[in-house]
This record gives sequence, structure tokens and C-alpha cells, in this order.
Amino acid sequence: MNATVLLLADGRFPSGGHAHSAGAEAAIGAGDVRDHASLERFVEGRLVTAGLVDATFAAASARQCGDVTTACFDTLAAEYMARTASARLRQISLSLARQLLRAGARTWPSPLFAACDAATGGRTPQPVAMGIVAAAAGCTPHEAALCELHHLVGAMTSAGIRLLGLDPFEISAIAARLAPMLDHLASRAAAAADAPPATLPATVALLHDVLAEHHATWEVRLFAS
Amino acid sequence: MPPDHQPGFASHSHPHGDASHDHDHTHGHGIETPPDPRGRPLRVGIGGPVGSGKTALVAALCRLLADHVSTVVVTNDIFTTEDAEALRRMAVLPDDRIAPVETGGCPHTAIRDDISANLDAIEQLEQSHPGVELTLLESGGDNLTAIFSRALVDKQIFVIDVAGGDKVPRKGGPGVTVSDLLVINKTDLAPLVRADLGVMDRDAKARRGDLPIAFTSLVEPSGAAAVADWITALLAEWRAVSATTA
Repeated sequence: MNATVLLLADGRFPSGGHAHSAGAEAAIGAGDVRDHASLERFVEGRLVTAGLVDATFAAASARQCGDVTTACFDTLAAEYMARTASARLRQISLSLARQLLRAGARTWPSPLFAACDAATGGRTPQPVAMGIVAAAAGCTPHEAALCELHHLVGAMTSAGIRLLGLDPFEISAIAARLAPMLDHLASRAAAAADAPPATLPATVALLHDVLAEHHATWEVRLFAS
Repeated sequence: MPPDHQPGFASHSHPHGDASHDHDHTHGHGIETPPDPRGRPLRVGIGGPVGSGKTALVAALCRLLADHVSTVVVTNDIFTTEDAEALRRMAVLPDDRIAPVETGGCPHTAIRDDISANLDAIEQLEQSHPGVELTLLESGGDNLTAIFSRALVDKQIFVIDVAGGDKVPRKGGPGVTVSDLLVINKTDLAPLVRADLGVMDRDAKARRGDLPIAFTSLVEPSGAAAVADWITALLAEWRAVSATTA
């Protein structure tokens, strides 16, 4: 743990996440999330499914940054996209990645950004971008995974506060109860980071993809996703 | 309505022509962003509270300017892409020159603290329309605390309206105090809501020093003419600087 990790984990890091609820608004609209208990179950469910996928790709991307000459960001990007059923979520992921890479490149200049851009043709998914920014900042693959999971929790819980008026203290307590799970998942992600991209976890949450497609058709919504 | 409060620029201690040529940094307390030498389009932000007339102003500016100035528009909406769709319905620009950005629950964040989504949209729009000279960025409706980042726009307009109450200029906030142009819109409603335009003018000047103020009534056909003239003067200056640094 060091100050650089805190900077990348800070919700005020200007990488565009504030406009997104990570699916919480869609789940609230479907009636799946109504109160503190249902929000906690929802976040937990996301963490062990799509959260693990995101964390593992962030860790794998950070690991690849160890040697740019052998890095295969394009393969990682393709494998991640293959795990994202929703076209809307793929589009959101690319957009959030562009924003994260822009902020990261200004904050921690590195040849990694140009290497990634060349490899993916500018079409980098968000977790892969997180790995690159984390590596450029000097963070470990484990820390990249942890930041990815931390931002996921933050997006969902702050949407609960804004959309349902949930108790911000109880939300903090929920995040604290989930912290050991984040540590555990980040360790699993870091342990898997060296595996061939095609064999990385694919524990996606299909309802999340379905609801994201629905959410995109809503006439009025507070979050972009 | 007092005779000197017809739509148009409020009277000032020095001619308005000076306001848009102030680059000696001695007048007012506005946001001084040096013109960018790369020759990219002039970027102008339009912010202000919900319902003050930002979309109407953008539409009016496009009608007045777009025939002779290559223009693109990025809109920000909290809930929907409604403002972009409204502009498209009004057909003030071809559809592909208008791009919406959904900003989530905090519209001021998207123009101030975390501008990445808007920068992304602006750059994509400017790249897909070579030769663009003017990029208008309309913020989502917000409150008096909003201000555009200097990294996002070169100049900014803050729009408030008479129907919001004649106390608004006195309440201040960065939009009222330091925006490059303060637009006080809906002057036609002043008698109906018992708003005193003289009070608004006096309080706005107290907050802004020499920075310009425009009183507008956008229901009139040329209601935005004063704002369009202000932008035209900025564009001339922008082109001159771009030419010398190209």
C-alpha cells in the first residue's frame, strides 16, 4: 500500500466513472435492489461473477506491462470482449477505457499507453486499461485488481445512495463488510494473471448484460449505465 | 422595464468592444485562457441552472452563426439525450454535428472535476468534421456552483433567467462571478414575475466588475444577437492568433 495506489483508487480520480452505476440503476428499476440488504446481496453477486472477470483482466493487463515487447493487449481485449454479451456494455467499456487512459497518461506518462493504443487500435476495454494505468503508476497486478473491484463497489453503492436515498453510513458499513471479499478476489485475480488470456475466468453475470440492454432504452435515467 | 434594459448588452464603464479584447489581464476577474496555438476550433461552454434557456440559446446561436461559421455542438443531459434531440428537431445543424453526452447525476462534475467524457466527445466531433471553427458545449442544467474547467473550454457563458428571481446575481457563485459572459435571459417575463432588471444589472456588475453582461429575450427572432456578436468577436481574435502561431 502506498500513496499512488490511493490516488488511483480515489473516486475523484478523473476517469469518467461518476456517470455510471455499474448496473445498479438497472437493477433498482427491475426491483431487484430496494434497500440496504438487497443492495449488499447485489454487490456481492456482481463481485464474485463479473467482478472477478474484470479484476483478473486488470491484473493480467498489468502483468503484461512488465514486458512491452511480449505484451498481447489485443488478445486480452478480444478475450474480454468475448466475455461481454451486451453490445451496450462493450461500448461503455471502450468509452470508460478511453477516459481512464486519458487521465492515466497525463498523470503517469509512460510508453505503455502508446503500446496499448497501437496493439488494440484504440479499442481497449476498461479492465485492460486499468491494468495499464496501474502499471504506469507503478502498482502491482494485485493492486490493479483491487482498484478495479473497489471502483465497481463504489459505482454500485453510490448509485444506491443517489437513487434510493439509502443511508450513507450503512453503505460504508456494507463496503467494509465486503472488503475481505475484495482482498480474496484480488488475490485470485493476481494468481491467474499469468495464464493464457483464453483461459482466464469467464464467470459473467448474464442478467447484468440483459438489464444493461434494457437500461439503454429507458426514456429517463440518472446514469449512463 | 427601464429603457436601458432592452435585450442586448448592459451599459458598462468602458465600451464592450474592449471586453472581448482584454488580454492584458488588467480588467475584471474572468477566466483567462490563452488562445491555443494549435489552430483547433474555439470552444465555448454554455452553463446555467435548469430552464434558464441554455438549449434555446444554443439553437439561436446556431441559427445566427452556422451559415458562415462551421459549428458543432455537444450537449450534456442528466437523464436523457433530450437536449441533443431537441436541437436536432429544430434542425439548426445537421444531425451529425450534434453529439449528446450523458453525464450521470452530477452535471457539474462532467464540466469541472472529471471532464474526460466531454473531451472525448468534443475531440471525436471535431475530428469527424475537419474545418470546424466553433464548438459549443452545453452543460446539463445545474445550480449556481457550476463552472467549466479551463481544460474543456476556452471561454464560457453562464445563463440565468429573470423568472428565477432578481436575487440570483446577488447570490453569486463562479458562473455569475467569473464567467466570460453572463446572460440574463427572459427579460420579457420581468413584469410578470415582478423582477427588477435594474437590481439584477446592479448586483451582477457588483459581482463581475468589468466582465460583460447580456440581457436577452430569446423568444424574439434576433434575441441572441448580442451573444452571437460576442462570439463573432472572439472568433476573429481566435483566428488571428491561430494564424500567427500556425
